[in-house]
Amino acid sequence: MDSIGVIIGFYALAGLTVGAALLVFLVRNLLHAVLALVLAFLGMSGLFITLSADFIAMAQILIYAGAIPVLLVFAVMLTPHASRDNANSLFAPGGLLIGLGFAALFVFVAMATVWPVLDVETLHVQSFAGTVRTIGAALLGDYLLAFELASVLLLAAFVGAVALVREDEA
Amino acid sequence: MNGWESLHFIGPALTLLIGAIVVLLVDLITDRRAATAGLTLLVLALTATYATVHVVLGTSGEALYGAVVIDRFGLYFAFLLIAITAAVVLTSFEGLDRISQAGEFYALLLTSCASMIVLAQANELITIFVALETTSIAQFVLAGLGRDDRSAEAGLKYLLTGAISAAVLLYGFAFLFGLAGTTSLAGIAHYVGTGPEGARLALTMAFVLIAAGLGFKMAIVPFHAWVPDVYQGAPTLVTTFLSAASKAAGFAIALRIFYTGLGGGDTFISQDWAMMFAVCAALSMTFGNLAAITQTDVKRLLGYSSIAQAGNIAVGLAAVASGSTLGPSAVLFFLGAYTATNLGAFICVIVVSKRIGSDDIRDYAGLLRRSPGVALVLALCLLSLTGIPPTAGFLAKVYIFNAAIQTGHAWLVGLVIVAVLNTAISAYYYLRWARTMVLDEPADATAFHPTLALGSLLAAMALAVLFFGLNPTWLIEAARRAAETLI
Repeated sequence: MDSIGVIIGFYALAGLTVGAALLVFLVRNLLHAVLALVLAFLGMSGLFITLSADFIAMAQILIYAGAIPVLLVFAVMLTPHASRDNANSLFAPGGLLIGLGFAALFVFVAMATVWPVLDVETLHVQSFAGTVRTIGAALLGDYLLAFELASVLLLAAFVGAVALVREDEA
Repeated sequence: MNGWESLHFIGPALTLLIGAIVVLLVDLITDRRAATAGLTLLVLALTATYATVHVVLGTSGEALYGAVVIDRFGLYFAFLLIAITAAVVLTSFEGLDRISQAGEFYALLLTSCASMIVLAQANELITIFVALETTSIAQFVLAGLGRDDRSAEAGLKYLLTGAISAAVLLYGFAFLFGLAGTTSLAGIAHYVGTGPEGARLALTMAFVLIAAGLGFKMAIVPFHAWVPDVYQGAPTLVTTFLSAASKAAGFAIALRIFYTGLGGGDTFISQDWAMMFAVCAALSMTFGNLAAITQTDVKRLLGYSSIAQAGNIAVGLAAVASGSTLGPSAVLFFLGAYTATNLGAFICVIVVSKRIGSDDIRDYAGLLRRSPGVALVLALCLLSLTGIPPTAGFLAKVYIFNAAIQTGHAWLVGLVIVAVLNTAISAYYYLRWARTMVLDEPADATAFHPTLALGSLLAAMALAVLFFGLNPTWLIEAARRAAETLI
């Protein structure tokens, strides 16, 4: 786990993710922002690979770097009156300051904490054995209720979206 | 435990969810609003019956791999939430305000209620998060369901603040999971119980983030900014639901996480989060009350008042953290009494604004002469919100302040003094409103009466406020027994 390659990979990918995420709100063109977002999601999936979470990494690429940007591009293209530009915000300098403050705080807390480290042997995980089985068992076992409840969430969101955009018949 | 038994444990919530889908289907077939509303009431009645069966059988234990527990705490909130939803549905017979899609309104109401019941039963972080989000999404849509820009603005504001607070909450959960290595509240309690000094900073971070995420639901300062705009812009029926149900669910899960998960009042970090809630409580009460004084719109006024009341309940949370044995039951009792009072006040506002077509406090002048019954109920609710005997609000405040003083900490006594001073401030605007209704000359003296259904509902709320004020034993006993199951 602690090989020098993984460490270099982690920092490179982390830099890519944060840099791309910054671009999302710094670039003026909304389509460029979407592309930067794809880059950030790809960086995230690389981070998952450094954690040996192969399935999550693939799902991240398929869903976040694949399906969601397509929707976003459609939304940008189909919105007739939306200006193609990222809007200016009065709160940008203050927001940036607060964001940096919180980032510094989180880094400090993460560094100052004695994190409990689990022994790899006790996890019964063979590296590179694939995580699909474990995730499947967790979703239909320990987290069954949350998994099923997520479908209720989607139903509520779906019904809500239809209700909100429907033209008034009256 | 077999599958059926697991389903039995989440039976009340499941009944509501099935009911929500049936309501949607029935709405496809018929356009008659009375049909969907009646069906919704039937579903709520069935759910209440199911919950009663659990109480009678005394069911308790975990289900679904420890994701939920069924205990008196969960059932207490189940009854509270069902009662709130039923009151909102009954009120909707008077008219749906600015909502034109009845089927979706009732279905989302039921979905939201169901996921809040799951939330009150949840015993594990991921279930808590998904249940909370399901509730929130249904409520975002409900707030935006009115057919005008103000409602759309309310829905959007609620959605944006809700999304941010969900992210903050999740960050807090991630810290807890990273430290404890488990998402189960019992596992986290075990971890906190071992007193890991090296993780104090990260644990503090975790509970601050969680309190911030839940603070949005509970509407405590400094996470209250959405309240006035959403309360004013959303259809009043939805505002009623938000102010009563959403707040109750927020405090329920805060109690569950902080009391069960973070080990209540006797761990090495208890004093830290006691202090955090004490500061939030003092800020909420002071800010809510001072801002309420200048309001002329009754819905905004009730919005600020609900921030102040959340501050009162947060005094209870601080007492819980300081090891007060009365703390949890005081919070539960306050929520019960507050629900009856708040529902009463909001339903009066709905009745009045439908007749006089205004939410301005000056248009309530002389209400006593125009509609004596409504004016009396509203005045009673205002007395109860202030905390004047013989109403339920008075006892609720006494109970919660008593719980805080019981711990003997000087700073908690100080907090109670702040709370009492705040009660005096709140008396100013609550009683000014009551005085306007009783003494001022009405501009238009035409009398009006609520419909029979709403009249009975108002009478029931007024009776509840008086009954729990004069004879609180039953509710206190229920709250105490519910709090006992919250290990």
